Amino acid sequence: MTIFMNADERRRLVRGATLPALLLAWWWAMFHFHWTDTVMFVPIDKVWETAMRMSGSGQLWLSLGASLARDLAGFTLGSLAGLAAGTALGLSRLLESLVGPTLHTVKQISLFAWIPLISVWFGLGDTAKVVFLSLAAFFPVLLNTFEGIRGVPRELVEVARAFAFTRTQMLRRVVLPAALPSIFTGVHLALIYAWLATLGAEYLLTSGIGIGNLLTDGREHLWMDQVLLGVAVVGLVGFTLNLVAGALERRLLRWRGPSAGQY
Amino acid sequence: MAHAGTLEIRQLSKQYRVKGSTLPVLDNISLSIRPGEFISIVGSSGCGKSTLLRLVIGLENEYQGEILLDGKRIVGTSLERGIVFQEHRLFPWLTVAQNVSLGLLNAGLPEAAKARSVQEHIELVGLKGFESAYPYQLSGGMSQRVAIARALVNRPEVLLLDEPFGALDALTRNHLQQELQRIWEQEGITAILVTHDVDEAVYLGDRVVIMEPRPGRIKRIVDVDLPRPRDRGSFAFAGIKDDVLAEFSDQPPARLVQPAPPSGFADWQFSW
Repeated sequence: MTIFMNADERRRLVRGATLPALLLAWWWAMFHFHWTDTVMFVPIDKVWETAMRMSGSGQLWLSLGASLARDLAGFTLGSLAGLAAGTALGLSRLLESLVGPTLHTVKQISLFAWIPLISVWFGLGDTAKVVFLSLAAFFPVLLNTFEGIRGVPRELVEVARAFAFTRTQMLRRVVLPAALPSIFTGVHLALIYAWLATLGAEYLLTSGIGIGNLLTDGREHLWMDQVLLGVAVVGLVGFTLNLVAGALERRLLRWRGPSAGQY
Repeated sequence: MAHAGTLEIRQLSKQYRVKGSTLPVLDNISLSIRPGEFISIVGSSGCGKSTLLRLVIGLENEYQGEILLDGKRIVGTSLERGIVFQEHRLFPWLTVAQNVSLGLLNAGLPEAAKARSVQEHIELVGLKGFESAYPYQLSGGMSQRVAIARALVNRPEVLLLDEPFGALDALTRNHLQQELQRIWEQEGITAILVTHDVDEAVYLGDRVVIMEPRPGRIKRIVDVDLPRPRDRGSFAFAGIKDDVLAEFSDQPPARLVQPAPPSGFADWQFSW
């Protein structure tokens, strides 16, 4: 991503920003022209004030930092475990037949069903949250890595065999690169899921600080400005993570050429 | 120049096991290929010609009989045999130069020698300037050129070609056939081409091996005793082509008769 965009990218940005801009304008107009004055909702400038106040006191940044730190920790641990397990299952038919069915059953269990167990085992602190996040990141990476490795074209494997590749060369130069697009899909999903789960974890395992706790706090005191600020921050972080992952993906997978969506 | 291999196939048979019963694919194939010879194998689909090639390259290992390269039995794949498949099979995440250098991964050469060989072979197939292009940026014909360079970069003794131009348009195909002939002469290598295109088989082969299906057997071997590069329009070329084509039809071959040049006044037929 560069700051300078071509006409096409500018046009797309303007189009994408139209709806949010209209919504913000409507929100502002609702209160400015007194179309409503409910306590369930607050004027946009009140949210902005709260944002300035909380960012000035450092409370916003502390919460955001705490949330991001556990998000990244859980995402990293879960993804690495998923990558390792997916690779092993993809490479070994025996392992797949042994563990595959169990894993496919376990993945059907809603993530939130694990919360009681996790809180009993690991408490309500950061350990529990990171375990929960790892679980959220683990399955998408596991499944997509597995699919990617099983989907390595036989044609390319034969080329590698014709050139007498060793097992390590086969893994490093054929299997993993061929599976990379699929692995990346998994990692991308894991990034999104882990951020969603961060909020869930902070909501349900309520101790310590974080954006989720900011939300809970706001709700309990009916501080709608704080709730809406939290929602906005959560959305912006998710948007940024998605943007970074997309840019990284395009860079690492540039050998695929421009995708259909970019025309 | 690479050492050209002598390939000896003796009483080669192969079966596939399908649900308990055996399906014969190749039946008693014997063929001696001289070093530096260009052999074309033609046959309709299902005659086992690709299976034969896969056995020679070593991608399949179960067979009866013997396949000997320079007197040694072939076991598994080896760098002394290079292969070009019908699809280019380039690694999409590698550039042209990186794809070609795959052939040298286990060649045990110093890096400088590898780089030189890669560059030479890219130039040999006429792709100088495309070293850092990715496969998605290449046309079908260019991709197949890269595949040829990749198969040759290790200077194998035998080059195996499995319908390499089957998926290309007619113009590109003709052009690449000429190029392959030039490359083969330049490298002095033994080549085996599997194809279902009789024109291609006769244009390139020193001998054309005609196979028949169920089970795959050699029906006939036709010598192509024509000087290279061959003229597809020539009478002799057409004659050999017809001869080969006749093996694939139940009809007796159309006898092409070259009219004798008129020798005397009496041979001229006047129409008044």
